[in-house]
Amino acid sequence: MSTPSANEALGRDEIAHLARLSRLALTEEELDRFAGQLGAVLDAVAQVGKADVGDVAPTTHAVPLTNVLRADVATPSLPRDVVLAAAPAAEDDRFRVPRILGEE
Amino acid sequence: MTTTTPDRLVDLDEVLTRYEPVIGLETHVELGTVSKMFCGCSTTFGAEPNTQTCPVCLGLPGSLPVANAAAVEHTIRIGLALGCRIASWSRFARKNYFYPDIPKGFQTSQYDEPLCTAGHLDVEVDGETYRVEIERVHLEEDTGKNLHVGGATGRIHGADHSLVDFNRAGIPLVEIVTRPIPGTGAKAPEVARAYVTELREIVQALGASDVRMEQGSLRCDVNTSLAPTGSLEWGTRTETKNVNSLRSVERAVRYEMRRQAAVLDAGGRVLQETRHFHEDTGSTSPGRSKEEATDYRYFPEPDLVPLAPDAEEVEKLAAGLPELPAARRVRLQEEWGLSATEMAWLVNADALGLVTDTVAAGASPAEARKWWLGELARRANDAGVELGDLAVTPRQVAELTALVADGTINDQLARQTLDGVLAGEGDPRQVVEARGLAVMGESDELVAAVEAAIAGAPDVVEKVRGGKVAALGALVGAVMKTTRGKADAATVRRMLEERVVGS
Ligand SMILES: [Zn+2]
Repeated sequence: MSTPSANEALGRDEIAHLARLSRLALTEEELDRFAGQLGAVLDAVAQVGKADVGDVAPTTHAVPLTNVLRADVATPSLPRDVVLAAAPAAEDDRFRVPRILGEE
Repeated sequence: MTTTTPDRLVDLDEVLTRYEPVIGLETHVELGTVSKMFCGCSTTFGAEPNTQTCPVCLGLPGSLPVANAAAVEHTIRIGLALGCRIASWSRFARKNYFYPDIPKGFQTSQYDEPLCTAGHLDVEVDGETYRVEIERVHLEEDTGKNLHVGGATGRIHGADHSLVDFNRAGIPLVEIVTRPIPGTGAKAPEVARAYVTELREIVQALGASDVRMEQGSLRCDVNTSLAPTGSLEWGTRTETKNVNSLRSVERAVRYEMRRQAAVLDAGGRVLQETRHFHEDTGSTSPGRSKEEATDYRYFPEPDLVPLAPDAEEVEKLAAGLPELPAARRVRLQEEWGLSATEMAWLVNADALGLVTDTVAAGASPAEARKWWLGELARRANDAGVELGDLAVTPRQVAELTALVADGTINDQLARQTLDGVLAGEGDPRQVVEARGLAVMGESDELVAAVEAAIAGAPDVVEKVRGGKVAALGALVGAVMKTTRGKADAATVRRMLEERVVGS
């Protein structure tokens, strides 16, 4: 939703902002490089905008299905040791994750 | 930071001479479904960490969510109870952000197509009704729980690393968002609290959630802003996160009004920010800066097809709604013959449900009210617990009133019986038996006590016989004393009269 319209160039600041939201550390050179590359990608995608879709409703699903629901019934979960074995690190029966940076 | 946390707060009365508050509330309710929102994992509270997870709620590649029908139904019922319009077409959306408690890298929520919109809830404060407009009611999923290790316990500050439990991740969560509420003036803190109280009662009446704030199944974010009196524009709002008790809702609004007034008085600017509420001091402090809505890069969830509630089904749900709290209060007030003030007392004491249940268990409304608002309220207060947390059930209170009504015990013995019930000695009848608390009938023991009192006070007997019948009270007191309050005063008086006057 925040994707800038294609006729608007994607600035370095926006790349830096997106990188921060994605928790990616980019160097100055990378910011320049990606600004150019992502600009090219957006330009390519922008060609879609040339199509006349005035009376076509936005489509998010290719299949005409609605109300696919399940009954509220509990089913077995995965065994904890299996779950935690797949984690990079675990401690005290929990997933161990790095300290969250940028918090108070 | 000096501009956001002033040294001095402005008195609330003073705040209102210069500023007008606008409040807004976002309330999250964990639904009481058996299974999670998009998978079959159990939702049991307090289970061992990470024992209620699966590929779907852990966000493992290739897993596909399927929406829980009961959660959708609960959400629609909440919307209906709030007078909302139920969408005929509604979709889930991905709210993208990176945080360890959200394993998928996004929260499945709803964005521009929520299930319910445009409702309202009327709340009453000090006899005045305030209409709270509801902007939307939407369905989403809860996050996991982070435990920060190292540094100060439980807080992020100084933490080395975090430990995550995903049992809660994916539990259905309904978010109820109000429109900004202007015009509450000095009552803003109370209106905020009354709104959450009423909302909680509605959700409870619907059976959609256990709404236990202390367990986090109902959580509030409180928005507050101040504008100079008469200003056409509203001020910048702050959002105080995770306010977890009714009292805290009120305190958070009050604190923010006082703090923001101080900031504005000093010529400062209120920052639009997220703040944390501190239960111990009743104050708020700045949290992480809020990422703007566009930063979440919402987009329709491709793995879940749209919801299209059938109009007839919605009508059926509407017809099947239980009596809602406001209507119930009106009915009970009339049935019990109470004044509006008496009803307000009951509600404010959080005793309405308890009294209702006690009446349902056979007590008269008057007796039920007397016990819960009198003796039991006193005991709860002394023990520093909520009325509903006392170790006595409405059924037991009803039994107690029945024992008083049939003369088995009197009020004083009833209080002793209550001691036993609260001490876990069983139901009132059992306590009366075990402790020997029943009122004495005209037993040999009582006859002996009466005769001993007469023999022990010839001067009093003389006075009574001389016409001073009031003096008989001294003899009644003596008998009650020897029987340790177990005799029935009226019976004692009659027995004394028969022997002193009537003979
Ligand atoms: Zn699961």
